[in-house]
Formats: sequence, C-alpha cells, structure tokens
Amino acid sequence: MSEPERPAAPNASDAAGRPKIGVDEWVASAEERHERSRGLGGLVSRGWEGSPAEAKLIVFVALASTLPFWMNEGELFSYGLYTLLYALLALGLNIVVGFAGLLDLGYVAFYGFGAYGYALFSSNHYGLHWQAEASIPLIVLGTAAVGLILGLASRRLLGDYLAIVTLFFAQAFVAFVNNSNPKVAGEGLTGGPNGIPGVDPLNFFGFKLHSTKQYYFFLLIVFSLAAVGLYFLNNSRTGRAWRALREDPLAAEAMSIPVNRLKILAFMFGAGTAGLTGTIFAAIQTGVVAGNFDVALLITIYAIVILGGLGSIAGVLFGAIVINVSTQFLAPSNDHPELKRWLFYGAILLIAAKIRPWSRTAAVFVGTAAFGFVVHAIASGISSDWTNGTVVDAGSAASAIRNWVIVPSGHTGFQTWAYIVLVAAIVVTSQLKGWWRMAALIPTLYWVAVVWENVLVQQSAVTALILFGVLLIALMQARPQGLLGTARVEIV
Amino acid sequence: MTALLELEGVSKSFGGLRVIDGLDLAVNEREIVSVIGPNGAGKTTLFNLITGLYHPDAGQIRLEGRNLVGLAPHRITKLGIARTFQTLRLFLNMTVKENVMAAQYGRTKAGPFRSIVRTPGMRREEREIHQRAEEKLAFFGKRLMGYRWDQPAYSLSYANRRRLEIARAMAAEPRILLLDEPAAGMNPVETHEITELIAKLRDDGGYTILVIEHDMHVVEGISDRVTALDHGVKIAEGSFEQVATDPKVIEAYLGIGAAEEEADADAAPA
Repeated sequence: MSEPERPAAPNASDAAGRPKIGVDEWVASAEERHERSRGLGGLVSRGWEGSPAEAKLIVFVALASTLPFWMNEGELFSYGLYTLLYALLALGLNIVVGFAGLLDLGYVAFYGFGAYGYALFSSNHYGLHWQAEASIPLIVLGTAAVGLILGLASRRLLGDYLAIVTLFFAQAFVAFVNNSNPKVAGEGLTGGPNGIPGVDPLNFFGFKLHSTKQYYFFLLIVFSLAAVGLYFLNNSRTGRAWRALREDPLAAEAMSIPVNRLKILAFMFGAGTAGLTGTIFAAIQTGVVAGNFDVALLITIYAIVILGGLGSIAGVLFGAIVINVSTQFLAPSNDHPELKRWLFYGAILLIAAKIRPWSRTAAVFVGTAAFGFVVHAIASGISSDWTNGTVVDAGSAASAIRNWVIVPSGHTGFQTWAYIVLVAAIVVTSQLKGWWRMAALIPTLYWVAVVWENVLVQQSAVTALILFGVLLIALMQARPQGLLGTARVEIV
Repeated sequence: MTALLELEGVSKSFGGLRVIDGLDLAVNEREIVSVIGPNGAGKTTLFNLITGLYHPDAGQIRLEGRNLVGLAPHRITKLGIARTFQTLRLFLNMTVKENVMAAQYGRTKAGPFRSIVRTPGMRREEREIHQRAEEKLAFFGKRLMGYRWDQPAYSLSYANRRRLEIARAMAAEPRILLLDEPAAGMNPVETHEITELIAKLRDDGGYTILVIEHDMHVVEGISDRVTALDHGVKIAEGSFEQVATDPKVIEAYLGIGAAEEEADADAAPA
C-alpha cells in the first residue's frame, strides 16, 4: 500500500518567513488523502468522475439503442419506454428541486396539464386532431405559463410553505379534472372520471409514430436533447444563479441575482419539461385519466431524483432505471413473475451484506437458512396445514421455498399477524446492540421471507412503496447525497 | 464635489427600537471610510439599509445622486454597491471559482435559451466570466489560486472564506465595496495581510470602500476618515486620531465618566 503522492506544501511567496502552522495548503492535502477511497468502489467512482460528459452520453445512447434489438415489444414498452418517460419527467423536477432547491410538490399537475392538453388538441374528444408539431410547442408553452402563474403566486414562499401551496395545486388539479368537467363547446372539458379516450398517436408533419420501437427512439432523442440542453443550462450563468439561490437566497440577492425571477424561471422550465413529457405520455397511452397524475406518481418521481442524487442529470437517468425496472418487476402483469422474487431477495441480501466483519455476515446467512429449515420442520410436525399453502408465482425457486418458508393454508388472519410480527421484530432488532442484534437478525430475516411469500408477493403496489421506502432509508445511511450526487454540507 | 454615496437623515426602527436615527453620511470617490461603534450601535443595519435588504423609515440614500430607497437588493448591487457579510454567507456547496462567477450575474446577459444552444455570444461571455473570476481571485496572492478553484467553498479555512467573500463582492464589479468586519476571527498575521489588501483594493482596484471594523489597528491603518456610531446616532466623524480621542467615543466604548477619568489620568503626571 503506497501513500498517495502528497503535494509538497507550497511556500506561498506572500507567506515567506511566517509560521507554517495552519498553512491551508497542507490542510487541503490532508483532506484529499482522506477522501480518496480505495478498492473497486474507488476505481469506479474515479473512472466515473474522470470521464467527460460527452463520453457518458455517447455510451448511454449506444447502449440504449441496442434495447429494441434484444427485447420483445412488451419488454421494450415497460422497461425501455417507461424508464425514459420517467427519466424525462424527473429531469424537469430536477431543475426545480435539484438545481434551484425549491420543494415543489405540485409537479405532477404540470405533467397532467400537458397530457390533458394533448388529449384535447389531438383526439376524438373535440375532433381537433392537431398535428404534434403544432400542439406540442403550444402545450409546452402553455404549461410553462401555468408554471409562471404558480411561480408568481408562491414566489415569496420557501421550504415547507412552498411545499404546502404546491401540493394544494396538485390536488386541486386532480379534483378539478375528476369532478368539475365543465361544459365547453358542448362537451365536458375533462371527461370527468372517465378521462379522455381515443388520443391520437404522435404525428409529425404527417409521419405517424405507431410502434413501440418508434416511440422508444423518439423518446430517446427527446431525452438526450433535453439532458444536453439542461447540462449546458446548468453550466451557465442561469445554472450558477440557481445553485446560488439554493445555497443562500439572501446572499444571492445581494450578489446581483434577481432571486424571485430565477425561482419563477425554474418553475417554468420544470413545468415545460413536465408538459412535454405529458404530451408523449398521452400519446403512448392513447388516453388520459386523472388517476395517472396522483400523489403516488409524485412519490415515484421524487424517489428517482433523490435516489439518483439531487442536481445530477446522470443521476436522474440512473434513478429512473432503478425505480422503473424494480416497479416493473413487481407489476402483476409481469411475464416473468420470479423476477420480483429475485429483486426482493437480492435487495435483502445487499442490505444484509453491509454487516461487518465478513465472518459475521456469513454467520447470519447460514443461521437464517438453518433457522428456516428448523422452523419449517417444527411447523409441518405440528400440522401439515401450516406448510401446505400455495406458493404464489413460484418459478424456478419453488421447491426451495416450499421446503424453507412456512406458507400455511386455511389459517385466516395469518397474513395480518405475520405482518404485525415483522414490524415488531424489526423495531426490536433495531434497538438491540452487538451480538444480541445479530441473534435477533436471524429470525427477523427469516420472517421477512415469510411475510414476503405470504403477503407482499401478492400485493405489488404496496410492496413497491415499501421497497422504495427501504431503498431510500438504506441510501440515506450509505450515501445521503444519492447514487450520483455530490455530497452537500449544510453547516460547517 | 458631490459624494459618491450619500445618506441623508436615514432612520430605521424595529418595533420601538430606533436602530438608526437621522444618520447623515457621505463617502467620496476612492475614499476608505471606516464605521466603528460598540456592539449594537447599528453598523450592520446601516449596511443592510444601503444594500436594500432593509428599507429605511425615513431619509434618502443616494449613489451618484440617484436615490436607492425602495430598490430591490439585486438592483442596488447592479448599480454599483456590493458587500460582504459579517457572518459569512458564501455559497458553501459551490466551488471557489463558481462563487465568484455567480456574482457576475448582474454584469452579464446571456439568457437561458441562449445558454441551452450555446450561441457564440454566450460562449464568449462565459469565457469572460471565467477570466474575470480568475482575475478577482488572483488579487489574493496564492491564497485562492490553482487547485483551490475547484474546491467547494466549505473546504476553505475561515480566513480564506473571508477572502472569498471579498472576491465575490469584487466580482459584482461595484463602485463601492462594503466590507463588514473583514478582519474578524483572523490571526495577527492574517489581520496584517487584510489591512494591506484593503489599501490595495483602493489603490490598484480603484474601489471606494466603506468598512465596519472592530480592530482599531486595522481602522488606523486603512482609514481616510472614521465615523463612530452609538445607538444609531453618529457621535463623531473625522480622522482616526480625532475620533479615537473624542470623549463621546471613549464614553460609548467604556462607559460614562471614562472620558473624564482618562483626562484626569492624562493630567495627573503633568
């Protein structure tokens, strides 16, 4: 192990003959040595930081372009298309929350506004059928204008206050679309709870996008352009002003930055991006309903931005991949139901593998396996109906699960009790220390598997939210700045 | 000759507390004026009033004859007044160079759309922003140069943060720099350095400087004129010697009777 080269403490010409103690170059070199991490993780992170943004984009586009050639239509739709859609949507949120630091909880309303806008201009609803090259720019500008209005109304608000006002805005949008449905030109404007069906596919100058593959490539181009544009914007005068306002609005104002105008600008850019994504979404879905723009989507988008790292464009993409792929694995319509099982056990293993030293990790794993067989043997010894339940979506791991996890049949209420016991077990384990914790971890881990096989595997929507929660908690412990974000220091 | 910065009858109250009371002040072009006074005298409030963070209840603040009262802080900075903060309000998670670049917002034009498509004009402006930032940082010798440019501001030592605050204020290209306790928390060597730097800012940089400072060695070393405040009222004005020996100033710092005692003590040996 060689000591990294230490920069010789420079003898500042203006510091000649002064005390060396506290020479700040020396302090900085010490910090640098401390931060440089070793091993594979360090290598990867240095390689990532060392490569220029252009190279990253080219690699991403090249890899993404291969997707349609080895995925079938359905896979491309749920893994490729939806990841890009989420990524584009999160890109806009990243402007508001990541760049400018404004906690905007009304973001999905802009997405809905864009989707409904496209549905009104290009569908059978009013029989307008505008071409996309006319309707999309109009809708993007319109959504940005709504962003302007919301920004103007809340320009003096920060933090919690801004969050509440924007959340109201989002809820008001959903409530309006769902319930109000005013008659405009002899037709209900929003279609109420039924939404607007029969939306046209995107149609540029007469060229219709009609296959998933075409939409995928279209979205890939739009996303790449948006990412490049925002990268440039972030490295410009405006981007720096946004960061300054995120750091300290008062100091930014005193440094000639018109804080209110920049906040509104961030809202407008975010809203415009969301509006653009909304139009594409409406075209892909060939219809819109208010339920598409609810708080669950807001949480998903925030999870993407936070997971990837606030303010990082590559992070947004990475977060979108992680979140969307795991959501799709958990989807009930998934063609490969065993994938969700691998995802679940993989995530558990990853978290448990954080235990150090390694001998202890191994002991916990072996202990959990053994504990399972013992419990299973005892349970089946008591009565066979404790273990003869049906394993849902068993796939390749069916026999292993059948012999290890207890899946009872005919015991109503077991699911509820199992869930409550799990929560209690997690609370107890987290309160224990040292060896006691290791000992408690073994039955807890086993019980996680029991709850998964009996409850969660059948309830994908709930599981997805729990998974996001666990993922974000684990990330908060391991990497508070997000996967690709830069660490921020609040108080020093 | 009209002064560059003029305050006329400026007053500010917070609730029932008169923090600044009918203050007149004039700062001439290329002059270094120090504001002294005990804690709570209203010095920082004075800065907040000049830079537009507070609005005065009465009076006028003029820069080259133009009234600043009611303008937003960023407008005032653009017109030519930049400040540092006593409590240090750097953009901590931005790099050293970015801090200085951000402060050039008011001096540059490229809008967001031009930045997205990177027009030639925008790129030229961006190069100038970099260049100007490097110039400002070079003002501090090697303290903020080289590898420091890309370090986040939070990694800087306290003294370097004070220097960066000044560099950032310089980047706004003001006519007048308002420095709020530039030597606070610095060791004697650094204090000496900052004293030289303030003189250099005026002589080489051409700035007019209004400075709040508690360290009387610094005040003595740099000031063309000194203004003493107490309870928001100007109690003395003039050269350092005049103000430092003014009985009202001594009283404000040391309490009632202190001036007489000192006079007695001076008289006794004679």
